[in-house]
Amino acid sequence: MLRLEARAEPSRWMVWLSPLLALAITVAFGVGIFLAMGKSPLLGLSMFFWEPIKSPYNLSELALKATPLILIGLGLAACYRSNVWNIGAEGQYILGAIFGGGVALLAGDHTPHAIVLPVLLAGVLGGMVWAALVAALRDWFNANEILVSLMLVYVAQYLLDYLVYGPWKDPEGYNFPQTRMFADPTLLGHLIDGTRLNWGFPIALVAVALVWVFLFRSVAGFRLQVGGLAPGAARYAGYSSRKALWTVLLMSGGFAGLAGALDAIGPLQQLTPQVSQGYGFAAIIVAFVGRLNPVGIVLSGALMAMFYIGGELAQSRLGLPNAMTGVFQGLLLFALLACDTLIHHRIRLKR
Amino acid sequence: MDMTASLIATTLSAGTPLALASLGLLINEKSGVVNLGAEGMMLMAAVVGFAVALHTGNQWAAFGAGAAVGALLAAALGLLVIWLGTNQYATGLALTLFGAGLSAFLGIDYVGKTLPNFPPWDIPGLSQLPFFGPALFRHHLMVYLTILLALGMIWFFDRTRAGLVLRAVGESPEVAHALGYPVRRIRLLALVCGGALVGVAGAYLSVIYTPLWVQGMTAGRGWIALALTTFATWRPARVLLGAYLFGGVTMLQFFFQGSGVQVPSQLLSMLPYIATIVVLALMSRNPLWIRVNMPASIGKPFTPGG
Repeated sequence: MLRLEARAEPSRWMVWLSPLLALAITVAFGVGIFLAMGKSPLLGLSMFFWEPIKSPYNLSELALKATPLILIGLGLAACYRSNVWNIGAEGQYILGAIFGGGVALLAGDHTPHAIVLPVLLAGVLGGMVWAALVAALRDWFNANEILVSLMLVYVAQYLLDYLVYGPWKDPEGYNFPQTRMFADPTLLGHLIDGTRLNWGFPIALVAVALVWVFLFRSVAGFRLQVGGLAPGAARYAGYSSRKALWTVLLMSGGFAGLAGALDAIGPLQQLTPQVSQGYGFAAIIVAFVGRLNPVGIVLSGALMAMFYIGGELAQSRLGLPNAMTGVFQGLLLFALLACDTLIHHRIRLKR
Repeated sequence: MDMTASLIATTLSAGTPLALASLGLLINEKSGVVNLGAEGMMLMAAVVGFAVALHTGNQWAAFGAGAAVGALLAAALGLLVIWLGTNQYATGLALTLFGAGLSAFLGIDYVGKTLPNFPPWDIPGLSQLPFFGPALFRHHLMVYLTILLALGMIWFFDRTRAGLVLRAVGESPEVAHALGYPVRRIRLLALVCGGALVGVAGAYLSVIYTPLWVQGMTAGRGWIALALTTFATWRPARVLLGAYLFGGVTMLQFFFQGSGVQVPSQLLSMLPYIATIVVLALMSRNPLWIRVNMPASIGKPFTPGG
């Protein structure tokens, strides 16, 4: 019989092997789905793991998709490291798109290109405001941040719906629920001709470095991680849990808001009810699969972007439902958490 | 029908899935496991229940299928959080994301399909009463069963030995273990039973309440049901009350619209979610009050002898 046995100390190998193992389980499940739907598994898997990286253009699309996932994932990693369960990044992202998009709508064709900066800052502010609500209710009313942050996702979505169906609706948009296209000066230019890649991706990489330094080389980052791992020790050391709460929530809200604004004036160029494709939720998986480590998050962000692109390709080329992306995402996290058991335990054969 | 009577009737009907799910989650939490997978479980049960109802034409088969799906997913959750000791928040969340994805995947062919009408059960005699008849006595059988379930749970927790053991496992797994109770098996059983109820709630939603299958149709009801257990300070009667309150809030938006008040529908649709936040904040304001009522071992894994 197989038995789980506690390891004397956590395995450093398994910390990074576990995501690969989880990916293998997910892929095996995917093969099963492709077979069940009567498609070639090889062809199906190539949509997810080969097509997105096979050409420079496809890689640029991958980076474009990965940008919001990495940015949001970074903020969430800081949250989860300090044991603050912000699961409403989706709402914070939407608020970022609303705030950023709102500023972008003010601009005309002759506004200086520098308007991009206020747009992005507004996005950061929007995300922060939404996350600050969570922090305030947790801090002042002891309200569970999981439920509050999640409820605010629905409120954010309805707020966006209200704006694009109501006051912000494009008067010349044939009554479609959408704003007018943002004026040219507000749009992020393309970094490389012939691709849609914009400044968002370099910004995300800078953010990765900043968060890495903050988490692993700053006192504030150390304090909040102590608070997450050992609240008692943190209290004894005099580290403020309230400060940690506000710091990580404002930080993750800001990153999610930035991601929303970047997408609004990047690939989207206008606001519609479908601004987000569930990036805020996918980024939760990105954070965990990336081991709550900024560098790992770049890799897991790219992986999750592959799932998104692969899902779209499988739909357009193989006629498979796009919803497969969500199945794979959820399964990956579920498998990862199971595999993580092997960090602290090993499997022994016992008779 | 009288406007007030109809408001009461729709409130009871809208509150029933919330109450069912929340009572299920209450059983989970009493045993010390918090189930953030409720939303995904409801969605999965909703799509499977809908499919079964469509193919068999039998609503009870649909409820049974919903319960089975909920129980199965709860067992998967239990395997991870109880035996492997994974983080309950992250694992439940994974289940919700997985359930949302898989239900959308499975449900593609069922979007836009219509079910045979499953008529409500008019209680003979009582349903003919003026006002009270249409308000209280012309509902689907599940509405009454839910009330009975809440009463049964009060009796179970307060008056039976099994209920006492369950509460002991949730309050202090160490003590329950020392007394010789199989803590992990009891938790799994509680998780599976609660999951089945969450599943029935999902099936009720797609088979009776809507009755349609739409991707993501639970619209956060699983999460609101989670908030309700806190709101109710973990007591079945208050769960029921809270569920009807929220059912009423959900219905209020349609009455506003019907009465011609000029408020954009999107802002009215926010009401249940904002109400959840407000109520949660008010109820949680006193940390001591929460700590006294909350099962003490919620969210903490238990390893015998560990």
